[in-house]
Amino acid sequence: MNLLQIHEPGETPLPHEGERGLAVGIDLGTTNSVVAIAADQKAEVLRDEGGTSLIPSLVAYLDGGEVAVGEAARRVLLDRPEAVVGSIKRLMGRGAGDLKALAGALPYEIGPPAEGGMVRLKVGGRVLSPVEISADILRAVKARAETALARKVDRAVITVPAYFDDAARTATRDAARLAGLEVLRLVNEPTAAALAYGLDSAAEGLYAVYDLGGGTFDFSLLRLEKGVFQVLATGGDAALGGDDFDHAIADRFLKERGGPVDSTGAKLALVVARLAKECLSGQDEWIGTLTIGERASRHALDIRVLETLIDPLADRTIEICRHVLEDAGVEPAELGGVVLVGGSTRVPMVRRKVAGFFGREPLANIDPDEVVAVGAALQAEALTHGSDTLLLDVTPLSLGLETMGGLVEKIIERNTPIPVAKAQEFTTYQDGQSAMMIHVVQGEREMVDQCRSLARFELRGIPPMVAGAARIRVSFAVDADGLLTVSAAEQTTGIESRIEVKPSYGLSEDEMARMLRESIEHARDDMERRLLTEAQVEAERAASAVRSALAVDGDLLQSAERAAIEAVLTRVDAAVAGLDRDAIIAVAEELEEITKPFAERRMDRGIRSALAGRHVDEVNT
Amino acid sequence: MNDVAHKITGAGQPDGIVACWSCNGPIAADALFCNTCWAVQPPRPMDHFARLGLDIRFAIDTAELDRRYFARQRQLHPDRFATRTPRERAISQNQAVCLNEAYEALKDPLSRATYLLKLRGIDTNPDGCNTIKDPTLLMEQMELREGLAAADTREAATQMLREAEAHVNQSLAHIGGAFAAGDLDTAGRETTRLKYLVKLVDEARTRRACFAPAAAAPAQS
Repeated sequence: MNLLQIHEPGETPLPHEGERGLAVGIDLGTTNSVVAIAADQKAEVLRDEGGTSLIPSLVAYLDGGEVAVGEAARRVLLDRPEAVVGSIKRLMGRGAGDLKALAGALPYEIGPPAEGGMVRLKVGGRVLSPVEISADILRAVKARAETALARKVDRAVITVPAYFDDAARTATRDAARLAGLEVLRLVNEPTAAALAYGLDSAAEGLYAVYDLGGGTFDFSLLRLEKGVFQVLATGGDAALGGDDFDHAIADRFLKERGGPVDSTGAKLALVVARLAKECLSGQDEWIGTLTIGERASRHALDIRVLETLIDPLADRTIEICRHVLEDAGVEPAELGGVVLVGGSTRVPMVRRKVAGFFGREPLANIDPDEVVAVGAALQAEALTHGSDTLLLDVTPLSLGLETMGGLVEKIIERNTPIPVAKAQEFTTYQDGQSAMMIHVVQGEREMVDQCRSLARFELRGIPPMVAGAARIRVSFAVDADGLLTVSAAEQTTGIESRIEVKPSYGLSEDEMARMLRESIEHARDDMERRLLTEAQVEAERAASAVRSALAVDGDLLQSAERAAIEAVLTRVDAAVAGLDRDAIIAVAEELEEITKPFAERRMDRGIRSALAGRHVDEVNT
Repeated sequence: MNDVAHKITGAGQPDGIVACWSCNGPIAADALFCNTCWAVQPPRPMDHFARLGLDIRFAIDTAELDRRYFARQRQLHPDRFATRTPRERAISQNQAVCLNEAYEALKDPLSRATYLLKLRGIDTNPDGCNTIKDPTLLMEQMELREGLAAADTREAATQMLREAEAHVNQSLAHIGGAFAAGDLDTAGRETTRLKYLVKLVDEARTRRACFAPAAAAPAQS
């Protein structure tokens, strides 16, 4: 153990830090998930016994309540497609209307929606929300990490597409909570990739990250400077990825084949389409069979046809790159490099188009499938052990309110650095109006119906006034995870209403509580453990503050007074080491009480010496 | 207090001494951290320049602005407090919000000029901001916009964009000179002009984007 540790102000690790579980970085992907851990700024991707790092983001719900994830679920897929679900990330925070059909059939079977409006799927005889299914993936990821590290893992940095909206971010955080993981931070995938590259190569200057994953496309422009990763602008499409390539190919196969298609058929066509696409990253031709039910059909695909199919999608990504650069006033030639991220950047045509637009070969020296998890792991280490690097991210989409006529009034513009808080005043439009509907939306369009609806709430109890007299201040706050809180208050009376934005397609608090109860391993755990940890860190903080004060101003106390304070401090230490939350809170209050006269004397002395100092200055001038 | 510590704590409006929320001891009102228990302190009201430790002036070195902003974010960003108590996390978030607000207001010369004028009691954004009262400015802006509307190739739009950018740079030089000379009337008038010119640059960019260059044409199939 170190005898002397020097920390930045406010960064001293709390004494319990060493006893906590490990913190990992998780890339929760549409197609595959990856977990990594970092120590001393070196990240290691955690693999299974066979050396594989990718965990397919597939979940199988089998008879007898058994749940299989990853390769185990893939093995079941061809025999029992109705029991397996994939690409669940695309449904995070989404409603049923957002789903993409294939030849008229959805590759999912839709169940009754959750209370909060979030879509639910029928899989293997169960009805599950995307949050619960993602939680099952995260449980498997956590188990993989715990096996590889032979230690408990209970905290994580989880990556999300930069273009994920508030609903999808909240859904991701909820899934982690269900899986028994404390989310240290949600980090944007391109930012995590930049962190991995930047620390690896000590790069400086302007860099772009082109991230084409299974389900989402992100493009971010960053400035790297002496350990600072400053995102300048970001753009993307939360529903454009390798899955859409698969959809285009599967659509062609199903047309060639003809006949009716159900959700199982759609699912199987997607499996064969993906196989064909992956083959064509290395060879020029593919021939295979699509078997749905009793009937098998033969299909062939060559690289030219594939490229024709996916060409419009690849062009769309380049269009997004162009817009982001133009918005930021940056020419491609000014970039120090373009980093490729995501499995879909393996498609040769995608690489060609990126190289063509940016006028240079893109960087792919860190495995595009693993780079995001590596960055997440580095950030997890930075958050738990302190670091000199700094990630400064932005909001991907503008946030605003519905005003008269279905127009959007933007409160926070896209590409604003987070955390951010902004407020704007609104007024009533009718005499005597006593309530106001606050409708929060996210997006760039001017009309409400073209933006994503995040939440609605009502500010009630506005006293009767003539139209336009009330002053309603609506405040938006986005934290470092990109999560939004909105509050509204009538200024002349102080009536207030505050909500953490519960997405229109989210889970209600009740649903979340029920799921937590039902997930056996965390039935009692989650809430109680959280409260206990909070009481412990708070008491430790208070004790450490008193000890610092004793070291500086101890001379203000009689020895009996000091002995009394130190006795209470000893009891705080003992309580914090135990598990009795009430005891910790009680003794912390006692400490507060007994140190009051001490604090008063310290303040007196501080003020006296400040006055004396000012007096000296006055004499000098 | 030594010189270094004083610089770190900034030069806001020293309202004397307040109590640290954590150890209850005395600290300077504008301190970022308690110098006894090192707890992070909530942001106090101060102007954006003071927040980032800069003198109140229009001509700022943007590299210096970045350095100061990064240095403060390194100390105060919520990532530094991820494992601390909920109260410390909330305070650090508030500090980071204030730093971002100050940085955003000062980084861009137009918003910096607007903010400086506001500090001096001049509102460059009176309601009904879409009306131009100054006839010379009105004529100039109408001519520039007519020129942009007539640009019907990428080259012509690029030409208009360059012209607009040149006007912006010239306007910035005027504003800088006016602030340096303490001529707030000219600074105010020119800032209003800059607002329209910056909009013109945006419109020129949008216009140019309508004529995509060859690279965006559909690839051969």
